Amino acid sequence: MNPTYYLVLSALLFGIGAVGVLVRRNAIVVFMCVELMLNAVNLSFVTFSRIHGNLDGEVMAFFVMVVAAAEVVVGLAIIMAIFRGRRSASIDDANLLKY
Amino acid sequence: MTTVLNVPAAGSLLADAAGSATAHTATGVSAAAVLLIGLPLLGAALLLIGGRRIDVIGHYLGVATVVVAFVLGVAIFLQTIGMDAASRVADVHLFSWMPVASLQADFGLRLDPLSLTFVLLITGVGSLIHIYSVGYMAHDPERRKFFAYLNLFVAAMLLLVLGSSFITLYAGWEGVGLASYLLIGFWSDRPSAATAAKKAFIMNRIGDTGLILAIFLMFKELGTTSFDGVFAGIGALAEQSPGTVTVMALLLLLGACGKSGQVPLQAWLPDAMEGPTPVSALIHAATMVTAGVYLICRANPIFNLTADGRLVVTIIGAVTLLVGSIAGCAKDDIKKVLAYSTVSQIGYMFLAVGLGAGVYALGILHLLTHGFFKAGLFLGGGSVMHSMNDDVDMRHFGGLWRSMPITFWTFTAGYLALIGFPFLSGFYSKDPIIEAAFAAGGAKGYLLGGAALLGAGLTAFYMTRLMIMTFFGEERWMDLRSADGRDYHPHEAPATMTVPMIVLAVGSVGAGAFLAGGERLAHWLQPTLGEFLEPDPPFAPIVITIATLIVVAAGVAVAYLFVGRRPVPVTAPERVSALVRLARADMGGNAINEALVARPSIAVTAALLDVDRVAVDGTITGSGTALTALSGRLRRTQTGFVRSYALSMLGGSFVVVAALLLVRFA
Repeated sequence: MNPTYYLVLSALLFGIGAVGVLVRRNAIVVFMCVELMLNAVNLSFVTFSRIHGNLDGEVMAFFVMVVAAAEVVVGLAIIMAIFRGRRSASIDDANLLKY
Repeated sequence: MTTVLNVPAAGSLLADAAGSATAHTATGVSAAAVLLIGLPLLGAALLLIGGRRIDVIGHYLGVATVVVAFVLGVAIFLQTIGMDAASRVADVHLFSWMPVASLQADFGLRLDPLSLTFVLLITGVGSLIHIYSVGYMAHDPERRKFFAYLNLFVAAMLLLVLGSSFITLYAGWEGVGLASYLLIGFWSDRPSAATAAKKAFIMNRIGDTGLILAIFLMFKELGTTSFDGVFAGIGALAEQSPGTVTVMALLLLLGACGKSGQVPLQAWLPDAMEGPTPVSALIHAATMVTAGVYLICRANPIFNLTADGRLVVTIIGAVTLLVGSIAGCAKDDIKKVLAYSTVSQIGYMFLAVGLGAGVYALGILHLLTHGFFKAGLFLGGGSVMHSMNDDVDMRHFGGLWRSMPITFWTFTAGYLALIGFPFLSGFYSKDPIIEAAFAAGGAKGYLLGGAALLGAGLTAFYMTRLMIMTFFGEERWMDLRSADGRDYHPHEAPATMTVPMIVLAVGSVGAGAFLAGGERLAHWLQPTLGEFLEPDPPFAPIVITIATLIVVAAGVAVAYLFVGRRPVPVTAPERVSALVRLARADMGGNAINEALVARPSIAVTAALLDVDRVAVDGTITGSGTALTALSGRLRRTQTGFVRSYALSMLGGSFVVVAALLLVRFA
């Protein structure tokens, strides 16, 4: 099967994730979109690994998974804290850190 | 005494290097000459550091240091006069002051007839005036501080006359300027005194600039600033470029004019009378203001080589003696009349020293006799003020001879000496100057001699007017009250004040005859000033003497006719001639300064201030404002919305990728 399809799928998933981050308000959804982008990247890593016939990309994909897992822990904790404080999960409400 | 001093053999080496065989290392009591300066300086330091704790003994300490310095001065004088004339010039090398590359300035003292003459004048008159001040300042809470400043002045003045290089002289020169400033502004709570002190300081600064430029020029051209070095090299320099020597002489003259209150820098001296009267007597009559005459005499090898420079000195002297005496005729303030008299008499000294080789000694002779009689006159004036509630307006005086006889008689002695009454001091010193002026030759001689003669007549007029208004006539103070609302009770001063006045009166009477007799002073000064040459005027000296006496008698007579025979108005008449108005306005001295110097300076300052504010400040604050505005705009991009940051990150990534691709495939 042509690996290019995987790359196209990866780009598609990344684009959906990016648009989701930019247009959605709900912090949980934004967060899930971020995860989608990360996994799109993982997919392209694995594909390139396959194309080039070495393991570099797959190793990198594992790293991304680990970092993403850590990020989820911290990110969800922050979202929980904000939600408890303001009864809102909208990321547009958390805009105090500005000029 | 000598053990505390560092007198190495370098002093004699220095003299040999300069090619002068006359200066040798001081020995015996002369080696202690540094104590002359050290004692008053120590006194000043103790009085200032000691504070109020030593208020009780402060004035005794002040007097003692100067009296001891006087005794030491006399001892050195006696030792020097015991030597033969050729070996009367001695050096005391103290330490190497500024050993920087080619500038080797040593700190040393030069003991020669000229400096010793000044040492005796400064410490002698200084001692008398210190004693007088004990009584005069008795009621002043700051008397200790006054004595500290007075001691500081004596120390600085001694450094000025004893220094063996122009740099040392300059240190003393600035020291006396500082002491003068502090003492003029001693009663600094009076705005007029504070202003007068600043005026004196600033106008002196103009003169000092001339002196320091002259020293720079010496160093540039001759590579040294010591008296020996400069005088040894000046002859060769005069052959190479006579103009440089003339410029040097004129710069020295500018310094002398500033310190001595000569035209065009005379305006500060009358204002300096805001200081306590002993200060006026010591600093602004007897010693500091004669420093200019000292400078010209000390630099006589320079002035001997430049006829143009000497001509300018004589012109300044002649103009000043007329300006001073005319202004003195119209003033009602007793101290200002005496101040203008000082200006005018120093004009005579400048005239004498400007006439050049051979007659320098006449300037010094007049300086010494003037030191006696003018100090005496000021002390007398101070005594009058003391008893008249510090009033200085002569129109409020009158008939005081009854109530203060000692002051009256000592003042009369000074008065007669000043106008040149036969066989008193002024007669012996002023008359030869008039003769020497006539002897200058040709039209120049007649102009200078005529000016000197006219000045003698004007001196007689204003001093007689002062005598009549103060001591004779009606007792106008009977019906008046002083500015602070008290009645006048004229009384004789205490003994601490009268004794110095009596001593100075004796000097006023006898000093001239003693010093001029057998050309005693001229011979004594010969090692420093060169051989004294009897001036050779176009008329017989006796004719000039008689003419002078006639002019003086005319001045006295006119004063008697105009002032003595009619009642003196208590307030100055408003309707007066233009000349009197001009004289009352200080002969336009202040107006000229204002128009020529002050206004242009202020305009230049204002213009520079504008340039500074618009150009310099504008650039700095402008760029600051622009950056602030720019960052204000840029700040707006920090919206706080996470999604906008994400968008900018995404956009940035696209740009980076696009750029990479462009580089790759372009």
